[in-house]
Amino acid sequence: MEQGFNRRRFLLSTAGIAGGLALPGAPLFAQSANKIRVGLMLPYTGTYAALGNAITNGFKLAVEQGGGKLGGREIEYFTVDDESDAAKAPENANKLIKRDNVDVLIGTVHSGVALAMTRVARETKTLLIIPNAGADEITGPLCAPNIFRTSFSAWQPAYAMGQVMAERKHKNVVTLSWKYSFGEQSVAGFKEAFEKAGGKVVKEMYLPFPNVEFQPYLTEIAALKPDAVFVFFAGGGAVKFVKDYDAAGLKKTIPLYGSGFLTDGTLEAQGDSAEGILTTLHYADGLDIAKDKAFRTAYAMAFKMQPDVYAVQGYDAAQLFAAGLAGVGGDVTKREALIAAMEKATVDSPRGRFTLSKAHNPVQDIYLRKVEAKQNKLVSVAAKALADPARGCRM
Amino acid sequence: MDFSTFLIQLLNSLQYGLLLFLVASGLTLIFGIMGIINLAHGSFYMMGAYMAFSLTALSGNLLVAIVVGIALSVLIGFLLEWALFSRLYKRDHLDQVLLTYGLILIFEELRSLIVGDDVHGVPIPELLSASIQLSETLSYPVYRLFMSAVCILLAIVMYWLIRYTRLGMMIRAGSSNREMVQALGINIDLIYRIVFGLGVTLAAFAGMLAAPVSSVYPGMGNQVLIICFVVVVIGGVGSVWGALVAALLIGLADTFGKVIAPDYAGLAVYVLMAAVLLWRPEGIFRRI
Amino acid sequence: MPLPARKKRNYLPLVLLVLALFPMFGSGYYNELIAKIMIMTIFAMSLDLLVGFTGLVSFGHAAFFGVAAYSVVLLSPKYDPANLWLVLPAAVFTGAAVAFVVGLFVLRTKGIYFIMVTLAFAQMIYFVFHDTPLGGGSDGAFLNVKPELRIGETVLLDLNEPMQFYYIVLAFLVVAYVFLRVLLRSPLGHALAGIRSNEHRMLSLGFPVFLYKLAGFVTAGGIAGLAGFFSACQYGFVTPEILSWHQSGNVLLMVILGGMGTLNGAAIGAFAFVVLQELFSALTKHWQLLMGAVIVTVVMVLPGGLSSLPQRLKGLLIGGGNRNG
Repeated sequence: MEQGFNRRRFLLSTAGIAGGLALPGAPLFAQSANKIRVGLMLPYTGTYAALGNAITNGFKLAVEQGGGKLGGREIEYFTVDDESDAAKAPENANKLIKRDNVDVLIGTVHSGVALAMTRVARETKTLLIIPNAGADEITGPLCAPNIFRTSFSAWQPAYAMGQVMAERKHKNVVTLSWKYSFGEQSVAGFKEAFEKAGGKVVKEMYLPFPNVEFQPYLTEIAALKPDAVFVFFAGGGAVKFVKDYDAAGLKKTIPLYGSGFLTDGTLEAQGDSAEGILTTLHYADGLDIAKDKAFRTAYAMAFKMQPDVYAVQGYDAAQLFAAGLAGVGGDVTKREALIAAMEKATVDSPRGRFTLSKAHNPVQDIYLRKVEAKQNKLVSVAAKALADPARGCRM
Repeated sequence: MDFSTFLIQLLNSLQYGLLLFLVASGLTLIFGIMGIINLAHGSFYMMGAYMAFSLTALSGNLLVAIVVGIALSVLIGFLLEWALFSRLYKRDHLDQVLLTYGLILIFEELRSLIVGDDVHGVPIPELLSASIQLSETLSYPVYRLFMSAVCILLAIVMYWLIRYTRLGMMIRAGSSNREMVQALGINIDLIYRIVFGLGVTLAAFAGMLAAPVSSVYPGMGNQVLIICFVVVVIGGVGSVWGALVAALLIGLADTFGKVIAPDYAGLAVYVLMAAVLLWRPEGIFRRI
Repeated sequence: MPLPARKKRNYLPLVLLVLALFPMFGSGYYNELIAKIMIMTIFAMSLDLLVGFTGLVSFGHAAFFGVAAYSVVLLSPKYDPANLWLVLPAAVFTGAAVAFVVGLFVLRTKGIYFIMVTLAFAQMIYFVFHDTPLGGGSDGAFLNVKPELRIGETVLLDLNEPMQFYYIVLAFLVVAYVFLRVLLRSPLGHALAGIRSNEHRMLSLGFPVFLYKLAGFVTAGGIAGLAGFFSACQYGFVTPEILSWHQSGNVLLMVILGGMGTLNGAAIGAFAFVVLQELFSALTKHWQLLMGAVIVTVVMVLPGGLSSLPQRLKGLLIGGGNRNG
């Protein structure tokens, strides 16, 4: 199926370009009338390729479970590799919106790319569901009726961690993150909760993204001797940081905490260095939720691997969209009713049920997890039904 | 910053600089001797790291992985030189730039097809997994010191090889005048093949050695490529000695840049480069 | 390099006509795509002035493109349209000025060093935008309202309108093309060609070679700035990635793909590159593998680029012919 669909795309675009020069171009696009056109704009190459694939798998699993349909309508996929390159983001989004005329846009992982997508979606009034990127602005100043998110805001897990660390009687904390907006927002969310509860951030350190030479900072931390350290890193950087932190002997004396991405999808590579690290996120291993168990089994059957938080977010993007479609009997032209149905939806997510805030960000439990035997084991609920403050959102 | 912290930071910069040297040395060789700008150098580093990962997983031993990996790298280097690069010596530098640019894309995608896109760790060998207590809170992993030692050893070997051996003499001659050397009856094609193989192997070896510390992940090659070029530009094209000095300078600039002016840490290295270029447009050291 | 004499058939008017008529038939997306190709053509032509006509292989050309693009965003008021006649020259000037400063450094080097040093300087500028808050850091910056041209209360040209944008780009593509044509026939153009074929001879003949090269470098920077201006206006968004070495590599590739040393080649290269990217990425997730294979193939078997293809085919058929095109 994938094959056929790709060939068709290929023919369409060739015909469009070649034909466009010689012949009238537009009428060549015969739209398949009854299918809902879903545009997946995700990273399929580069650093975040694994995440893009997990989200795609999650989304497709939900569609498969609906018998290949969402809200009673068949689905046709259009995919674009966004390469996690923000410079190409407006163009790539336009490919799906203007070339493929998609009914809904799903994407993406990288916050910079997602911000550019959000701008395009606002301008073109395209329905956009974001299955990962956590930039606060998306459901803050950039919020709009047609923009939804099924993952989290950078603020959410970090704020919950601020509360946790204050409860655990840490007074002086050093933070470290990459210097880009997602990292800065994570640190800001953490600091807000932590300092409100009486703690103090002794020093905020940043290193240029995606630099991974951590040794100078570790030396600095060792000299400052804080009670604990809070970091934001993800992917390859997270692996290296956790290993370096352990190798420098700091883990024994200065406990390491982080936003959940520090230990998500990276535990295999981090090995023993990650054991015992506490993180906060909206998903965890060992949740006692029936939906989660069913989801994990189905996912493992379908794709021969274990799902992760990204797969959950992709799965929920499809579920949220399905809820909207159900509200309008599958008629995507009824825009306002579709959006209203999505706003009212309670998504039965593997992470636990969640609803959406006014700014269309999940109101969800944030879990405190501890790394044990290469799993992010649930410790407790760090924050119950935590809603992003949606600062700057006028909706 | 108290004095002991300063010393530790100095150690950090030394260690980072030495590793940079190891990665960049292959680049400067291929560059200086063959006149090829090898953009795919980062890909060879990435390839080495992934070999360390896959082969360690297979054999259970990093040392075995490195030995097999080196053999594979030499083979890959020879093969690439024979199939592609040997046909371009008479052409413009530009063609070589583009060829290697195309190779980056190919290697990265092959990596994705063969090993996938996940992040992987490589275990540190048991023997070297200890660490040394430096201060009350900070300790230093023995493996990092081991890496530095290997880098220093390699620098000495390379210097000796190029200065004092017959092969080195031929390499030096070949780099200054290809046609002349050929006229003297030396098999310059073979020399070039060896140099290219050596360059690839050095990059791959750097990747293998660094893998337990850096872990392996998509796009890792691109990250080291540009900094390697800066090493070569500062040190002077083709100069092993220059590459060593430049790498150590960059280690210092980067480490202390991060400590003193963290907001501009990324720039520190490039400011250093501009300053050197202003002073000496062809790098600190010319030639081998 | 004097090209081998050949019959000139002029396809230009036809191409222009097709470009002018295209928006009447094409859909919104394909208009944007063609506009992008035209912008990239301006960019590639500017680089070809250096690579093809002067023999200076610059691997940092995206820097001038990028700083110009950033200048548009930084000079525009936050919620109002900027004045086109102000920001457009400003962008071109920015590109040229940065090229002037960089040129003072890099033109002191030659050959392989030149490639390296241009790359290194472009990276430095990349990190200025990537690491400092000047242009929004690694997250980039948005151009909320695109520039317009107004006299009094009437808006004459508005880049927010896709159709107007398309035709303005087309007009400036023609301007840039004609300008380069004229320039190449001027004494400066001849001097640059002389430098390309034999710099030493030019020096010994008493030509101020450095100044000529600098003039060429600055001109190329300015025209790259023009392309950068339109690129920023097209998508209303700039990130440090537009200055990255990948971008420099891509534009170099366009020049080679089309065949360097001909302005038409730059256009063919830009067209082929964008279309290939479009086709391959629709074909498979691993589209970069195909792109890489095409690059390697072109370098290995088609050194004269696509515009040498008819010539080479003819050569193959008749036997003989100029193989090195």
